[in-house]
Amino acid sequence: MATAVLRASLVAVGLVWTLAVQTVQAEDVKRYVVEGSRAAGLESCVEPTERIRRQHMEFIKHQRIATVHEGIRTEKYSLSGCVDCHISYDQERVPRPINDPDQFCGACHAFAAIDLNCFDCHAAVPNGARLDATAIAAHRAAGVGPLVQSRRDGEDH
Amino acid sequence: MKDENEAIDEAVDPSRRAFMGVAAGVTAAVVAPGVLLHAVAAAPRSEPVTADVRWGLLIDTAKCVDGCSACVAACDRENGLDMQSKPESQSPLKWDSQKAVWIRKVKLQDNQTGRVTTLPMMCQHCEHPPCVDVCPTGASFKRADGIVMVDRHLCIGCRYCMMACPYKARNFIHEAVHGQLTAVPRGKGCVESCNLCVHRRDFGEESTACVDACAAEGHHAIVFGDLKDPASPISQLLKDMPSRQIREDLSLNTGVRYSGV
Amino acid sequence: MKRIVYREWRIPPARYWSILGILAAVAGTAVLAFGYMEHTGHWVTGMNNSVVWGTPHVFAVFLIIAASGALNIASIGTVFHKPIYKPLGRLSGLLAVALLMGGLLVLVMDLGRPERLIVAMTNYNFSSIFAWNIFLYTGFMVIVIAYLWTMADRQGGPFNRPVGILAFLWRLALTTGTGAIFGFLVARQAYDAAILAPMFVIMSFAYGLAIFMLVLLFAFNDEGRPIGPKVLRRLKNLLGVFVAGVLYFTLVYHLTNLYGAKNDGLEHWLMLSGGIYTFLFWVGWVLIGGLLPLGILYHPELSKERNWIVAACSLVILGGLATLYVIIIGSQAYPIQMFPGQTILESGFFDGVNGQPGPYSPTIPEVLLGLGGVAIALIITVVGVRVLQFLPESLADDVVPVDEETLSEEAFAKPA
Ligand code: SF4
Ligand code: SF4
Repeated sequence: MATAVLRASLVAVGLVWTLAVQTVQAEDVKRYVVEGSRAAGLESCVEPTERIRRQHMEFIKHQRIATVHEGIRTEKYSLSGCVDCHISYDQERVPRPINDPDQFCGACHAFAAIDLNCFDCHAAVPNGARLDATAIAAHRAAGVGPLVQSRRDGEDH
Repeated sequence: MKDENEAIDEAVDPSRRAFMGVAAGVTAAVVAPGVLLHAVAAAPRSEPVTADVRWGLLIDTAKCVDGCSACVAACDRENGLDMQSKPESQSPLKWDSQKAVWIRKVKLQDNQTGRVTTLPMMCQHCEHPPCVDVCPTGASFKRADGIVMVDRHLCIGCRYCMMACPYKARNFIHEAVHGQLTAVPRGKGCVESCNLCVHRRDFGEESTACVDACAAEGHHAIVFGDLKDPASPISQLLKDMPSRQIREDLSLNTGVRYSGV
Repeated sequence: MKRIVYREWRIPPARYWSILGILAAVAGTAVLAFGYMEHTGHWVTGMNNSVVWGTPHVFAVFLIIAASGALNIASIGTVFHKPIYKPLGRLSGLLAVALLMGGLLVLVMDLGRPERLIVAMTNYNFSSIFAWNIFLYTGFMVIVIAYLWTMADRQGGPFNRPVGILAFLWRLALTTGTGAIFGFLVARQAYDAAILAPMFVIMSFAYGLAIFMLVLLFAFNDEGRPIGPKVLRRLKNLLGVFVAGVLYFTLVYHLTNLYGAKNDGLEHWLMLSGGIYTFLFWVGWVLIGGLLPLGILYHPELSKERNWIVAACSLVILGGLATLYVIIIGSQAYPIQMFPGQTILESGFFDGVNGQPGPYSPTIPEVLLGLGGVAIALIITVVGVRVLQFLPESLADDVVPVDEETLSEEAFAKPA
């Protein structure tokens, strides 16, 4: 009897906690989208917020198989797409790694206590190849200036 | 859960697609700036790679110059290998044996005639790759277009593929890595090797970093192209000049061919 | 002949716990070494892009093949109807499982991405002998545990022989599979030999038996259980045969390599100019692991002394580690022959410039990790014999069952 009660209450506590976490997450929508990132100015992600929040890992995984094994680079759930859109910059226009504890991916994963290891291997800032001067000029003209500021071994800054 | 997963493929509404178009464009600009600069801006690939092509290289050792390592430098830069940093307390000698090298220059001398040859060595993109056969998880795989590479998400770092490769083409990442390039993920504990600049392939560029660098030096010792297309420059050259595979006896049908060794 | 009685290992608790404590300490340092290697990355080990498998693999492969060899005693008893080995069957099964666990742990703890083990368990590439081995190993454990049950439980009796045969066949497959991990590597000259797989089998016999005998002698000695000269003689003769077998296969292996013109560069290097590998080959593999123990085991006087037998077993084990060091690391250090008939003058990647071997020197964390595997295997064994009835009460001459040969002799001598 005692164990049954104990078990029931444990289950109840667990349920309440899960619900609480989810509500908190739902309320804190804007908190993780970092001010100044491109995402901050958009109404929602590539999927409705609720959906992307719950399923982004599935989407990314799906895309990863297509990209790595089939060479498809146009799907919308690309991790570099996440980084491009959610990245923010400090005063010197240097991008802040997206898995930093106060940045988009890092903050939410810290809150949800889920280990984030995408960025063990993937670039946590938009980091293309180093550009030569003409290319930089071309990109400036196209209005994509900040994005091409590479932090490659920090020598650009 | 299941039906939601299926919805992954469901249509996107137009406004979002428009946004994605912009995003993809910007991404392309970041990842492959060359695309914008070239007159013909090739689009990123949207269809799975097929076996209609097989990418390969032909290396003319007669044109490869002793002392030149432009291809190595270009590969290091293209694939972020120059960003590997020696752990502070490691001895430089040991670090040399542990850092990743995708392409290297080798200088040989024939024991009988004394003739000296130099050539670049890299993953030979075998048609029957031993590294793929032995990999327990299937992380080491061959793309339909003949590029042999490692799916880092599956690699457990057992290094059996390194044992199996006859060309010592594979590298294990021995240290934590920071500041990776967007196009070339890299991390501690996985194995990797030359992937014929796969990001360039997928964004429709014409050649590889090593080929461009060699040409820029005026040597033109490396030719990249489709081995299956009889009209491609590489197929034409292979038809005209004698060439061979290294370790032909293993019948791996390599995608990288050498002439003059 | 009396009924064999099995009993738990009843050494004084203080001694038991101190043995366990020491083993746990060794295992603990191995865990620390593992944490260190995984946290910093493999650059802290001696392994590199030329010698990709190092000391941990030497220990792991040694333990894994010794595991299948340890089961041999049980197999001889059940499959080949040698009753004198029957009382030893349970310990043999326990050791087999324990050694396999130890070896596999070392293998797993050396992975670049051990946390992805689940990936390895869910994604199989069936053309990989590695993937098959995962099944061989898990299957082996299940079968041996079933085998132990048939030995220990009255109800299991009827299944004893069929399960024993299955276990025997499985262990052969397992060692062959382990040997094949190397045998499939056509790129490496040293492994390009069909004889490698049978050589692994005979090596497993020798190393497994040596470990078994050490554990048996230690356990019996410590508790003062008697072992009669008959059992001892049997075991040491068997060990002698296996060690001689290893030597024989070694000879054949190197002779075939010598005659195959393709590999004489490798042979020359290994026999004469390979530095540490040459030393380990002659002193470790041939002398310590072969000739010395053979000398002891067949010496008319020494071979009767328990301490000398212990010494012989230890030498076989040390020699075995040296053998695997040469087989696993030496063959990687020897440069891959990419350009036959050419000398490499310069290379950006250790391609064996002027025949220079690949660099490798073992580091402390690697050795600790390997020893940790041994410790884990021994912990499992020690706990096993302590809590369950694995060890026979006595192996004195009047207790052990007589062999059928002696049985038939006796039957002729005095017809009942
Ligand atoms: S050269 Fe080596 S890594 Fe490349 S495909 Fe062949 S076996 Fe694999
Ligand atoms: S190291 Fe990675 S790619 Fe190579 S065999 Fe092991 S799992 Fe496969």
